[in-house]
Amino acid sequence: MRLGKLYTALMGALILSLGAAQASADENRLSAGFGQPISEADIQPWDIDIHAPSGAGLPPGEGTVEQGRQVYEAKCLACHGEKAAGGPVYGSMVGGIGSMTERPRVLTPGSMYPYAPILFDYTRRAMPMDAPQSLSNDEVYAVSAYIYYLNELIDEDFKMNAETMAGIQMPNRDAFIVDDRPDAQAERCMSDCPPIGTVADAEWKAGDY
Amino acid sequence: MTSEDKSIGSKLHFRRDAVHQPAEVETAAPPSAGRRSFLRNGAAMAGMALAGAGGGASVAHAAKMTVPEWSRTMGKPIPATDYGMPIEYESDYVRTRSDIFVNRQNYSDWSMSPLQRQQGIVTPNGVFFERHHNGTAKIDPEQHRLVIHGLVKQPLVFTMSDLMRYPSVSKFHFMECSGNTLTDWRDPRSTTVQQSHGLLSCAQWTGVPLAWLLDEAGVDPKGKWVMLEGGDGSGHLRSIPMEKIMDDVLIAFGQNGEMLRAEQGYPIRAFVPGWEGNTSVKWLRRIKVVEEPAHVRGETARYTDPMPDGKWRQFSMEMECKSVITNPSGGMSLRGPGFYEIQGFAWSGNGKITHVDVTLDGGRTWREATLEDPVMDKCLTRFRYRWDWDGGPAKIASRAVDSTGYVQPTVEDLAREREIVGFVQHHNGIFPWAVSEQGEVTNAIG
Repeated sequence: MRLGKLYTALMGALILSLGAAQASADENRLSAGFGQPISEADIQPWDIDIHAPSGAGLPPGEGTVEQGRQVYEAKCLACHGEKAAGGPVYGSMVGGIGSMTERPRVLTPGSMYPYAPILFDYTRRAMPMDAPQSLSNDEVYAVSAYIYYLNELIDEDFKMNAETMAGIQMPNRDAFIVDDRPDAQAERCMSDCPPIGTVADAEWKAGDY
Repeated sequence: MTSEDKSIGSKLHFRRDAVHQPAEVETAAPPSAGRRSFLRNGAAMAGMALAGAGGGASVAHAAKMTVPEWSRTMGKPIPATDYGMPIEYESDYVRTRSDIFVNRQNYSDWSMSPLQRQQGIVTPNGVFFERHHNGTAKIDPEQHRLVIHGLVKQPLVFTMSDLMRYPSVSKFHFMECSGNTLTDWRDPRSTTVQQSHGLLSCAQWTGVPLAWLLDEAGVDPKGKWVMLEGGDGSGHLRSIPMEKIMDDVLIAFGQNGEMLRAEQGYPIRAFVPGWEGNTSVKWLRRIKVVEEPAHVRGETARYTDPMPDGKWRQFSMEMECKSVITNPSGGMSLRGPGFYEIQGFAWSGNGKITHVDVTLDGGRTWREATLEDPVMDKCLTRFRYRWDWDGGPAKIASRAVDSTGYVQPTVEDLAREREIVGFVQHHNGIFPWAVSEQGEVTNAIG
């Protein structure tokens, strides 16, 4: 049985590494490789990521808002509710634009996604939750059109395809900053220290309460 | 007395599951009552001893020994084959879902590790925390394939037996979810350390350095990021900078001496030491070398941190230095004044733990705790501090320092830099527990 061979190989590798306990990872390194060459064409059925800022990787296909409404009502509504306003399982996918400087921030594809193709990437790979990768590309474009229409980002007659999707200007586009931590600068005080502070303390001192 | 003996002895000072127990103690355990009754009896005997001393009786004595049944009978024979399980008295040593958020489905959900009962730095595989985006995939290892493509000279595909022909590397590292502790920024919502910090576990991971496989495929110099994609129903995808990939990322198939559990990504996952758990993509099917990240949903709408002025911090993947006291912790009770060993865990995604300090007075004064060997890079480190509790109210907390010199901040320090609004991730703040005069231990954040 092949799995038996796997375990034999694993045990062999363990014994090898025990024998060379002090050897670094690099000293264990082989010059031989065991990967099998494959062409990009043969990987294509798995190659589903979309480069969201440019839309690179968006496939051929097209869908309208009305087609999207039909797909949504058949395959999405049960969890996400009427007009994507929230349902038995998940909250709203509509609204929140302009809420990023408010409390709470309302997070939806319309308010949060910096690039419109994120919705294609996510819907195709992960939705519907009980049948991921089951929608056709046309269906994914269509349901994306419906969601962005409900968010008032496109008109009712919008035709969603690779070109038009990448051209939608998302309101949250410039909101993202790359990790700049460490940010907090704590000191290792040992005696006569202030008591452990709270979030409210920080907001009080900033006049933001 | 060995240090192990001390550790076990000190553990019995705490009625550690008091929160779920009735307040009264039983004086006799029914035959099937198990460990909880044993602990309650322990508390009862201690109470009697205390009452005896306080009432002026000469000296309290334990009852005369009897020879128990297990010393007068044969044990269970060794079965021909089996996978050993914990004894029934430990059947409440389990991970639990959050009791603060009640998710309306349990596929994109999480379960938390019982840190308050973890012995040593390694989390047993059966209670290692979980976070899935569409349930636990069941993958046939014979059929599974891992693909490497994108900006490489030669795209490659690997079977599991291909991957396991390479010499393997084994390393101890913690794993922490970016959302660990997110319920407890402002108010004490978690009642136990399992609920507040249980999206944290630690294991020895065995696998092949991803750098070896990428070198075999031949990375194009334009390739600066590496996408990792899972083969489960969520197709979870994260992009990792090439520098980190080449430094220490593993393609892991082993965890704590056995193949990965299904819920940890069987048959293979990425393991990205010290970085937020979701970057260690489970059920790994595809690795793509790219110029820049894809900015997918899990890199924009999720796993980002709210910042002032409506901004969001992106690609904040290192888990910064953090610690927490696990004994005593929320839901436990102290049995009265006297000696207790404060114990806990410290960890940093940026290096080794160099110091842990403990406060007993809410942060006014701190004293250095003892670190227990081994102290390893990006790994849970145990600390201990001997405490002679005077019976008065106390507020205890730990503060860790890592090998970069970074000092674990308070939530006040963090809130000065970030905006604490909604479900805020990357909470590595100092976490206090209050101890009342009655010995009850409760969450004291906020």
